Amino acid sequence: MDITFLLNGEVVSLSGISPTTTLLDWLREERGLTGTKEGCNEGDCGACSVMIADEQGARALNGCILFLPQIDGRHVITVEGLSAADGTLHPVQERLVEYHGSQCGFCTPGFAVTMATAHLNGARDHDTQLAGNLCRCTGYAPIVRAAEAAAGDPVPPHLASLSDFKAPHAAARAPEIGTESDTTAFQPRDVATLAEWYLAHPEATLIAGATDVGLWVTKGFRDLGPVAFLNRCEGLAGVEMTEEGWRIGAMTTLTTFEQALAPHFPSLGAMLRRYGSVQVRNAATVGGNIANGSPIGDSPPALIALGTRLHLRRGADRRSLPLEEFFIEYGKQDRAEGEFVEAVTIPAQPDTLRCYKISKRFDQDISAVCGCISITCENDRITGARLAYGGMAGIPKRASGAEAALLGKRFEESAIREAMTVMAEDFTPLSDMRASSGYRLETAQNLLLRYFHDMNGAQTDVRGVMA
Amino acid sequence: MSVARPLPHDAARLHVSGTARYVDDIPLPRTALHLAFGLSTTAAGRLDRLDLDAVRTAPGVVAVLTAADLPNDCDTSPSNHDEPLLATSDVHYAGQPMFLVVATSHLAARRAARLGIAKIEPRAPILTIEEALEADSRFEDGPRVYSKGDAPTALTAAPHRLKGQVHIGGQEHFYLEGQAALALPQDNGDMVVHSSTQHPTEIQHKVAEAIGRPMHAVRVETRRMGGGFGGKESQGNALAVACAVAAMITGRPCKMRYDRDDDMIVTGKRHDFRIDYDVGFDGEGHITALDVTHYTRCGWSMDLSLPVADRAMLHADNAYHLTDVRIISHRLRTNMASATAFRGFGGPQGIVGIERIMDHIAHTLDYDPLRIRQANYYADSEGGDDTSKPEEAARDDRALPPHPERDLASRGAEPVPSGAKAPQPDASAAPDGQTTPYHQPVTDCIINAVTERLLKSSDYPARRAAIAQWNAEQPLLKRGIALTPVKFGISFTLTHLNQAGALVHVYQDGSIHLNHGGTEMGQGLFQKVAQVAADRFGVPLDSIRITATDTAKVPNTSATAASSGSDLNGMAARVACDKIRDRMARHLAERHQADPEDVVFADGQVRVGGETMSFARAAASAYENRISLSATGYYKTPGIEWDRIRGRGRPFFYFAYGAAVTEVVIDTLTGENRILRTDILHDAGASLNPAIDIGQIEGGYVQGAGWLTTEELVWDEAGVLRTHAPSTYKIPACSDRPPVFNVALWDAPNRAETIYRSKAVGEPPLMLGISAWAALADAARACGPHFPDLQTPATAEAVLAAVKRARHGV
Repeated sequence: MDITFLLNGEVVSLSGISPTTTLLDWLREERGLTGTKEGCNEGDCGACSVMIADEQGARALNGCILFLPQIDGRHVITVEGLSAADGTLHPVQERLVEYHGSQCGFCTPGFAVTMATAHLNGARDHDTQLAGNLCRCTGYAPIVRAAEAAAGDPVPPHLASLSDFKAPHAAARAPEIGTESDTTAFQPRDVATLAEWYLAHPEATLIAGATDVGLWVTKGFRDLGPVAFLNRCEGLAGVEMTEEGWRIGAMTTLTTFEQALAPHFPSLGAMLRRYGSVQVRNAATVGGNIANGSPIGDSPPALIALGTRLHLRRGADRRSLPLEEFFIEYGKQDRAEGEFVEAVTIPAQPDTLRCYKISKRFDQDISAVCGCISITCENDRITGARLAYGGMAGIPKRASGAEAALLGKRFEESAIREAMTVMAEDFTPLSDMRASSGYRLETAQNLLLRYFHDMNGAQTDVRGVMA
Repeated sequence: MSVARPLPHDAARLHVSGTARYVDDIPLPRTALHLAFGLSTTAAGRLDRLDLDAVRTAPGVVAVLTAADLPNDCDTSPSNHDEPLLATSDVHYAGQPMFLVVATSHLAARRAARLGIAKIEPRAPILTIEEALEADSRFEDGPRVYSKGDAPTALTAAPHRLKGQVHIGGQEHFYLEGQAALALPQDNGDMVVHSSTQHPTEIQHKVAEAIGRPMHAVRVETRRMGGGFGGKESQGNALAVACAVAAMITGRPCKMRYDRDDDMIVTGKRHDFRIDYDVGFDGEGHITALDVTHYTRCGWSMDLSLPVADRAMLHADNAYHLTDVRIISHRLRTNMASATAFRGFGGPQGIVGIERIMDHIAHTLDYDPLRIRQANYYADSEGGDDTSKPEEAARDDRALPPHPERDLASRGAEPVPSGAKAPQPDASAAPDGQTTPYHQPVTDCIINAVTERLLKSSDYPARRAAIAQWNAEQPLLKRGIALTPVKFGISFTLTHLNQAGALVHVYQDGSIHLNHGGTEMGQGLFQKVAQVAADRFGVPLDSIRITATDTAKVPNTSATAASSGSDLNGMAARVACDKIRDRMARHLAERHQADPEDVVFADGQVRVGGETMSFARAAASAYENRISLSATGYYKTPGIEWDRIRGRGRPFFYFAYGAAVTEVVIDTLTGENRILRTDILHDAGASLNPAIDIGQIEGGYVQGAGWLTTEELVWDEAGVLRTHAPSTYKIPACSDRPPVFNVALWDAPNRAETIYRSKAVGEPPLMLGISAWAALADAARACGPHFPDLQTPATAEAVLAAVKRARHGV
């Protein structure tokens, strides 16, 4: 497989690469650029953060779970590319020095890259921007001080011009790289081609953002078989308003999804800002989070609570179903051979959604329980109840008994408590390293009570309290 | 003057630009090979057979080694010679290395290592404290007991008495740079090893033993670590030994770095503890008797567990004066990774124990825990120097029995036998003759004054009242606030380790090469020592080049541990600098017919007899006149003496103090919680570098709070660690730091005679994080009449359990 990209402003063309070589390994071991560090090799620590720019702008990604074909046609800026050609440090680097933001220094290049990307994009929500970078030495305070101080500094000229990005591949070579002779790594340019190829190679692994598949490789050493990289597939990404509601393409990143939906469902937006990290959300896709069938993905419960329909495609055939019906049991989805997730549609609706993500750590943690609740009332009676939970079963699952118990009741605490009792019959959660079964059930029940107080204006969120 | 200035870390510009070099960044010779261990997935059993055919034929594999293939005795223990590099007849924990893959790439080695098949006849593993006690599976012949007064009798006479128990979780170091080593074979069979280690001398010792050569054949270099926190005091031994042995066998450079999951599975962590207590107290909460028992899981090998458990006992009092006290400590051997050093080295666990007792007494008497704490504090001493140093006791000069494996430079080593008589420190200089439970006079206490100032700066009384009112109005959320103190003993408790060396060269151009036995792991040690050196020579800091720690430059070093780095190495560097400076002064004085005392080194200049010359000119002049411009410096901590078996003496040169106030909020529906504000006042003596010290305090606090809240280690019933990656083991993230975070230095000179009267600051601030846990307990206490009995780590689940206990009782 051949790819072409820009690396710190320089065109790089590689031929005959192994498609599952990670950018991190290539940078460090082939290119000798050792500023980008390996901290965890699973996208959780951010020491490998790189800036990726293309027509859509610049964003931070984890280089350790980014396969080389995913950077084809893009511009990669590593820590070595942050400073100017004459060695002048980037403002975030200067401020990190000034504010004592590095101690052991190992996480620092990753922080510098993430901070420079946020700086370029004018993002000042530092806690959110830096949630995907772990530091064990400083306690973060000096790093945030540096980020705050750098916010007003100008973007250095060599990065300011990133917005004029021109894909280096266009003139460099033929547009299609997946050929009959190269079936192990296919990179389709449109959905129809993907559909046709996948029908012929149903055993293949489809790679969207690789935030999960990346670990199959870096940690599991799994042989993926034939792979298709969907990052250059036109027509799979994006959010559009249709008559049925918001149609969200499978390749829409969590970042784009959050930006599009947060204005309409603020609680969903707040939860999505805790989904992975900036780096993960810039790669992870809505379709991937559904298709991998995880019982602890955070977007399915929210989407189910919103009454989302799923659109599947197999060759030229398309079908749609309520999202919750896609999840049959742990590891098993209603997906035929050669069928893939094309999009979802969220119906337009008044915002009665609240998303509660319970995890050991607030940011960048996998949920112990993710409860997404939407209750609608008419004439003082509950007429609709969608209580969708992650982490409570082998699949994302609705609390159907509790929902039924609510229908027709007044929206008052007694009805809520009654439904909480019924919920004990809806779920038999597992105990694992994230939480005990008992805690999961009790919390799932209590989240319904929280919803009640939340909708009545009580303070329910510890993150809303200030000293 | 270069000391006391808030200068950035010496490598800060390298850090931010990605040019600071770590072991894995060193360019390799083309022939280099890469290693990976094949690990046991069984916690205990007899290793009958290893089927490694698939490993040997895997792509890129050059060699596969088992225990039987190793030359010499490849032990990796820092103490007891009980850690074979590769499992021999038995496996002792899930994660134990059984074979070593040598391959052409890191990835090839890792992939091949998964292909081994071990035939293990499993045994029921000993995992829990209860199982270990039942099986009497322990290190040492029985529990250690330290006592003062008569706790059992005093307990029966106590007006109030209560018993309790607290479980204290372990902690993964999660240094961002995983363990790594690189061995480069030299001619004559010598070995150069680059290791990410806090203890180059120990690496040298273990590698020398493994390749069957004297220590002079091995040179270990450590430029920097990407974090250590104690996790690189002994846990790097295995990688360095593996690399050296593989390099010896293949004749090629060998590098090994653990993948993160392997690192977390293979290496030891902070010791977890169960602490049982039986405490007597009066109506004002003043403790009249305390009987406390520590149970700690040490894992499968001894490692540094004995001194860790000792230090936990030595901090069972924290800042509280106990008159009748008994501390019992069980060091239990379990089938888990061998627990090891971690910032605080047992001290934090001991302190959590007594702080929990304070909270429990406060609940019983329905007081603010602050009142109980203050009622029990040691009395502050008047100002002035500490003059209570005892005479050095006469040493027992019997030579140590010859024992080639004895690792003299390790904290796990046996102490040099002291006199037959137990040390009897003189307590006359201590207020009211106050002593610790191990009979060391407390003569430098400032905790009362620290607390008073912090209460004022943090506005504690008003906030305590506001919180009570807020809690009364809130149905779902509750706030809590707590102040906890720290008194931490400074010195290695293995007395002979309290020594250090330095090597300084002044070149003819006036540039200065500085080397010492300490290692840089991010704590800013190099910069602090450079500031000392710059001050001694009166030169700007950029005249000083701090070079990588190197066993060929300064030999027989102690681990950079026990917060001792700047105390010991700063002093040693000062001695070396002063030797050269004095030689230069004598030389210049002679030429100018002046008194050497009147030669002034300042501002990059040397002034003598009315003439001023650059430091470079002075150096050149000294060289031309055949004056040696190179010197070593040596320092040993005075006045310490300790008998760890009797539990008597003066193990610590001085104490470092501090206190923190933390406010939190909890959700009573889910146990979710958050730190709202933290105020810290910490004693770093006359700080060598206030910016670096504040960095240690902020970082230590967050690390300590993480230990006691979100950082939960989970093993399954088979003894397999389930939290072996950052996806499942949650260290604090950016938004977990206190949104309001006020840190101030006490900034009065150390009463003990340390380098520029500064104080050690590496470990003590970690224990300030205990205030976050105590504040969570305080918030849970606001939920009901019963004792919330909050355990650690206080995850959301543990907090919710405490809320329910507060409401409904046990």
